[in-house]
Amino acid sequence: MNEITIKELLYKIADDQLILGHRNSEWTGFGPLLEEDIAFSSMAQDKVGQSQAMYQLLHELGEAEPDTVAFMRNEDQFHNCQLTELPNGEYDFSLIRHFLFDFAYAIRFEMLANSSYEPLAKLSKKIQGELRYHTMHANTWIKQLGSATEESISRLQNSLNEAMPYSLGIFEPSPYEAELKSEGIFEGEEVLKEKWLAKITDVINQTQLQMPDISTLTPKYGGRKGKHTEHLQPLLDEMAEVFRIDPTADW
Amino acid sequence: MYGGGNTFESIKATGLENEDPIKLAEFEARIERGEKIEPHDWMPQLYRKQLIRMIEQHAHSEIIGALPEGTWITRAPGFKRKLALMAKVQDEVGHAQLLYGAAETLGKPREQMLDDLVSGKSKYSNIFNYPAFTWADSCFISWLVDAGAIVNQLANARGSYGPYCRALERICAEESFHLKYGHHCVIHLATGTEKQREMMQAAINRWWAPMMHFFGPADKASVHSEILMRWKVKMSSNDEQRNQFLDMYVPKIWELGFTIPDPKLGKNEATGKWEYTEPDWEEFKRVINGDGPCNAERLAVRRTAEERGRWVRQALLAPKTQYVAPLA
Ligand SMILES: [Fe+2]
Ligand SMILES: [Fe+2]
Ligand SMILES: [Fe+2]
Repeated sequence: MNEITIKELLYKIADDQLILGHRNSEWTGFGPLLEEDIAFSSMAQDKVGQSQAMYQLLHELGEAEPDTVAFMRNEDQFHNCQLTELPNGEYDFSLIRHFLFDFAYAIRFEMLANSSYEPLAKLSKKIQGELRYHTMHANTWIKQLGSATEESISRLQNSLNEAMPYSLGIFEPSPYEAELKSEGIFEGEEVLKEKWLAKITDVINQTQLQMPDISTLTPKYGGRKGKHTEHLQPLLDEMAEVFRIDPTADW
Repeated sequence: MYGGGNTFESIKATGLENEDPIKLAEFEARIERGEKIEPHDWMPQLYRKQLIRMIEQHAHSEIIGALPEGTWITRAPGFKRKLALMAKVQDEVGHAQLLYGAAETLGKPREQMLDDLVSGKSKYSNIFNYPAFTWADSCFISWLVDAGAIVNQLANARGSYGPYCRALERICAEESFHLKYGHHCVIHLATGTEKQREMMQAAINRWWAPMMHFFGPADKASVHSEILMRWKVKMSSNDEQRNQFLDMYVPKIWELGFTIPDPKLGKNEATGKWEYTEPDWEEFKRVINGDGPCNAERLAVRRTAEERGRWVRQALLAPKTQYVAPLA
């Protein structure tokens, strides 16, 4: 097994989880109702915890400590898709992003639970269970708000249209697709995307929302190669503000 | 967090002359025997009103208190702190949820309480009108403000209103984790680099006065309400709580090598009571009445959250599926 291949896979997963977890945590104290403050915080804790576990796998492959990796890199060293770094916006955008992302990740971890790379398969099995609550949460809210009032439907529709090209960026192909597949590590982004499309289309069809025609959209790629929107570096600066006062200190 | 420093206004008219004297006597006898009053039990109007005020203030303190610490979630240094602080502040929001629920059993809906918060009609703990400038400030809050809250909440948990007591029992169990987390953070700063120690000392200097204010005005100056004590709404006096806090935590702060910005602070071994410079109660009054460094900002944030979330709450009124919350 080629380590570069597996590291590339682990980094993008870990970075996705960390950055979106961080964004979710920004809802604490600002949610549209207390229950949603709490829900977004739960999901934030799960995601940040999952990213830490992924960085730990990387550490076991010779990368630096999870804290160093998370708190000391700059944007061009991050491999998260751009969807995760976009600001929270209004609740409708955060909800749509949560829906699109968590369905993709629920399927990703389901696939990785069968990975030939044992440590990843084991961790994915555990994460799968946590994600089930996230997709259930997304499902309930999309169905409710996607069929409730004129305002809620149009807000969700606009956010869905806006988020869709970015969510296609989740599936930006890796340079190692063939190898990941042939070694039985991961079936690949294309397979994941097809499964995801079927799932989210199914949920959307149970609401008054319209699924955007994705054949007309240009996916927002680049994140996997370290190309980001203007929103990532400020997020990282904020995240590392205290840590970088003295990276060798024990906080 | 974040009970403590409840502001009780002087009771000008008790209205007790309008209550049924037999029921009133029965009610007082039950409290005297240590029984809990439940939502559907008979209670005097004054009791209901004072409890709503107190529980509501406590709930508001939890959500407003989530703001100064919340700003440090995105800045917490390292995974361990980031995860712990997220869970802690989440707990505080959960406390608000529990407490609004307890207050609702007395007949005031949550939406109305939240409206009264943003309109400035009801109060919350004064201490959150001060800014958390540095990471060390957030550590001070997690350790010592939560410690102060525990002193207050443990006392209130012995009160007479069943739903409030039960909410407080759950809350106090979580608060003790917060305090442990906060204490660890402070120990790390105390035993860390010189820069870290300085940060923590500066935080103590900034927060000491608000901390002394936290328990409310001195007994001699505060509105004594014999009736609230008799009905077990108010369980111990402000000075008693302040003294208990000083007794438990000042030695721990000193032990870590920090100083406290009050030259008069010390325990009088003869009386067993702590002595200190009289806090500036004029400032306390000014801040609680709206003129503190962060009052406007805190309420503005809350108001914005309420306004931005209104369409969501409206959409929920449309009958559809059941709400599902993720677990953590
Ligand atoms: Fe609390
Ligand atoms: Fe607390
Ligand atoms: Fe939690």
